[in-house]
Amino acid sequence: MLAYVVRRFLLAILTIWAISVLSFVVIHLTPGDYVTSYIASMSASGSMVSEADAAALRAQYGLDQPIYVQYVRWMGLISQGNFGMAMEWNRPVMEVIGDRLALTIVISLAAIVFTWAVALPIGIYSAVRQYSIGDYIFTFIGFIGLATPGFMLALVVMYIGFTYFNANVGGLFSPEYNDAPWTMEKVWNLIQHLPVPAVVLGLAGTAQMIRIMRANLLDELRKPYVVTARAKGLSEMRAILKYPVRVALNPFASTIGYLLPYVVSGSIIVSLVLSLPTVGPLLLKALIAQDMFLAGTIILMLGTLTVVGTFLSDLLLMWIDPRIRLEGK
Amino acid sequence: MAESLVPDSELLADEITTTAAEERISVATQWQLMWWRFRKHTLAMIGAVVIGFFYLIVIFADFLAYSDPSASEAQRGLLPPQPIQWMDEGRFDPYVYAVTGRRDPVTFKRVYAPDPDRKIRIRFFAPGFEYKFLGLFRTNIHLLGVESGKAEDSLFILGTDLQGRDLWSRLMYATQTSLTIGLVSVAISLFLGVLLGGLSGFYGGIWDTVIQRIIEILRSIPTIPLWMGLAAALPQEWDIVAVYFAITIIISLIGWTELARVVRGRFLSLREEDFVMAAELAGCSRMRIIFRHMVPSFLSHIIAATTLALPAMIISETSLSFLGLGLRPPAISWGVLLQQAQNVQSLAISPWLLAPVFPVIISILAFNFVGDGLRDAADPYGI
Amino acid sequence: MERSPAPLLSVRNLKTYFFADEGLTKAVDGATFDIHPGETLGVVGESGCGKSVTARSILRIVEKPGRIVEGEILLRRTGANGGEVDLVALPADGKEMRSIRGKEIGLVFQEPMTSFSPVHTVGSQIVEAIRLHQRLSKREARERAIDLLKQVGVPKPERRVDEYAFELSGGLRQRAMIAMALSCDPNLLIADEPTTALDVTTQAQILDLLRRLQEERGMAIMLITHNLGVVAEMSDHVVVMYLGRVVEEGPVDAIFHSPAHPYTRALLRSIPSIRSQSRVKLPTIAGSIPHPFNRPPGCPFHPRCPSFIPGTCNQREPGMVEVKDGQRASCFLYNGA
Repeated sequence: MLAYVVRRFLLAILTIWAISVLSFVVIHLTPGDYVTSYIASMSASGSMVSEADAAALRAQYGLDQPIYVQYVRWMGLISQGNFGMAMEWNRPVMEVIGDRLALTIVISLAAIVFTWAVALPIGIYSAVRQYSIGDYIFTFIGFIGLATPGFMLALVVMYIGFTYFNANVGGLFSPEYNDAPWTMEKVWNLIQHLPVPAVVLGLAGTAQMIRIMRANLLDELRKPYVVTARAKGLSEMRAILKYPVRVALNPFASTIGYLLPYVVSGSIIVSLVLSLPTVGPLLLKALIAQDMFLAGTIILMLGTLTVVGTFLSDLLLMWIDPRIRLEGK
Repeated sequence: MAESLVPDSELLADEITTTAAEERISVATQWQLMWWRFRKHTLAMIGAVVIGFFYLIVIFADFLAYSDPSASEAQRGLLPPQPIQWMDEGRFDPYVYAVTGRRDPVTFKRVYAPDPDRKIRIRFFAPGFEYKFLGLFRTNIHLLGVESGKAEDSLFILGTDLQGRDLWSRLMYATQTSLTIGLVSVAISLFLGVLLGGLSGFYGGIWDTVIQRIIEILRSIPTIPLWMGLAAALPQEWDIVAVYFAITIIISLIGWTELARVVRGRFLSLREEDFVMAAELAGCSRMRIIFRHMVPSFLSHIIAATTLALPAMIISETSLSFLGLGLRPPAISWGVLLQQAQNVQSLAISPWLLAPVFPVIISILAFNFVGDGLRDAADPYGI
Repeated sequence: MERSPAPLLSVRNLKTYFFADEGLTKAVDGATFDIHPGETLGVVGESGCGKSVTARSILRIVEKPGRIVEGEILLRRTGANGGEVDLVALPADGKEMRSIRGKEIGLVFQEPMTSFSPVHTVGSQIVEAIRLHQRLSKREARERAIDLLKQVGVPKPERRVDEYAFELSGGLRQRAMIAMALSCDPNLLIADEPTTALDVTTQAQILDLLRRLQEERGMAIMLITHNLGVVAEMSDHVVVMYLGRVVEEGPVDAIFHSPAHPYTRALLRSIPSIRSQSRVKLPTIAGSIPHPFNRPPGCPFHPRCPSFIPGTCNQREPGMVEVKDGQRASCFLYNGA
């Protein structure tokens, strides 16, 4: 068991490192750098930037060094908690990111909770009452969710909300709370606004989970230990919930590892459509402006977030499945 | 000691009737078995028909469109769809009402309304803008056209977009682009997936470890931020075709992991099979064992996995283009069309801009059904 | 052994059919037999003859798309609920049937590995069986579970009770299964191929165990198997099934020494014996079991029967007729069929 944990942990570290390299590379793929686009936007507004000034800016941001030096410099800064300056905003990156990362985590978790809460009972129902009307209906809805990209669903939801309910379903806060400090009321306001993003974000994943749960449970229902459970005198429902569901839950739990990157990823686009104050819209702007530190940090954080989440889900899986726990014995 | 057995004729008669059906099954080829099982899957069959229909659109996109997709005219911007009147005084003579614009005396904005006095007749197989069919020959015949005047000015079955371009025609071209990008991406993913998955599964050892780690790392990375980064890195100056291919490569760079997993899993389990060992003992070369003995066993699974990978590609391209990071105007794809629908206020006024939502959902559903059907059928001896 | 006059369980004309898309399978098509208290009834037949489905029907755990369509299963109950009850008439998931399952009738079956849930300890599953039917605290139930494991011969039961099924060997697992089935002192133990998945030595041990437990508790055992050797060794009374019907039944000695039905005769003949002549072909039963959708008309065995009477055997179904004292067969060779 310890070997398992160590292995997963090392892999997580390795993945985070790979992500940091990847995000750094991505930022530097664009020809030119921040200073180039700065000059461009300056000249668009009429002022010129001299060669000397450009060189000075470059030196200041360390943009004239070879790329691996820049990378090491960046890593060094990060380990001290300094994520650099967001050049376009001229404020520290962390300040610009602010609440957004936390909010990204919040809606991602909300989406996952929604997914589980819905997919689990529906999956069980579909498997136990296979080929019934309910099964077909749920499968159909599930497929719709699967086939609709998150942003499209967000668009449709916004449209319906706007046209028929005259409500703006976007945003995570009512206008008065937007820049307010964190109080209990603000938290409650957030919770009130969570359902729409959580559902939109989670629906596609829900469809997948329903199918997985249904397939797993169908497999398990055929197995002899279910007969044993019934033969002992357990009622049908208790026998199913206690035994095959419990076993089918194992592969289900391991799907968190797959679900988390998917949801975090989807939140980027959905946030754009629904105007949620998360990391997504910020990332898009940063990429277009080639704001290296900001974009790179965001990608790094998102990646780390998902890796940590995946690692935690691995631990969870180990906890609930005795077969993995006792592997080493 | 043995007593007389049942008369042979009696025995044979029973044997024939009971085993005729079984006979047929036992001599069918793998593909026949797959086809029979696939046929039973109603949804998959429907999906296959729908996909066939979509790819017909891909081939005949130019023919099915009636307005030049890039003919913009601000005056025609955001016109609502015109319902087609099929019968004119009891005869089948389809037409639409012409759209006239007049200035609203209160707001001074141009307002468009159907003019019941002017009928514009629709003709089938009518001449319209010129195009090259499949790049082969020039023609200007389209499925629909108007009797007089230009279709661009008069016919708007699905309305127009902000620049006054007919949405129906653009939708045809969008379908063409979106569905072909998906194919190319999947082809690349397939190649990478089979190659790396095969190396990993067949040779095992260090190959397996390294490739497995790479796959796990790639799977833990949230894809969209990465794609956004890669796509944003594409220089603005590149032409449409180059961007097109760059996008397909970017999307397939992550998509191959799923296929590689399937291939690796298959190779791993097949490696242990007795028939592989028998082939080795008979003296077959490595290549022969792989291609003649192992590949046919999992080919059907690969086909199923590939079909299921397509929807993901379509969603990726659509999402990226929607963000403005994928295909950009003047390229036309479902994502590009949906970009105009980003704004809720403009959506409320012009809901027809959401029209591309339907082909996206339907095509993805169809691919999923077919993929499911193929996957179920790929296990001919399964339950 | 003398059969006590009142049977513990009477199966009368049981018919269990499976209604699948591909067709109708008559898994059990008119089975009738009795089990008497304290005796071991061997139910024997080839794969697919309906033995397991009969067992499941008795316990009312037949899986969809199967259903009992006709017949009675009369159970004589002891204790406060004395009297006879027809198990077919009870709702399968109802309280009464559930109190019979596991308490008055226990089930042990073939696959010890997959018969236990892989994610719960063996002990917790036995404790559950105990607490379902008896009012015991968790601690008391656990002690009883340990005691049961000891009775079935599991070494170090206090340790084993907290282990998972995959940590035990095949033989130990089967013993644990038996412990679980016996936890509430059932009057009838149904053992469906209990030793088929075990090696021969373990098989012998398990059979010894079953015999010992039967003597100690005076319970009846319905032993389902296709292994004639096991039947000969363990049973007092034997039921031979073919294609869902009972073709012969009788005391074990009569069945083995003077089988009446041609099928039984053919079965016994096909057992390789140390005493048979060398270089003589091993007799087999001609033909093969018909596909369930293609049941032969009349007597189900007639296409393979050496004593086939054309015009009779393929036209009507024979009834059960008494051949000798206590031995009955369903064959036109005997008067009154």
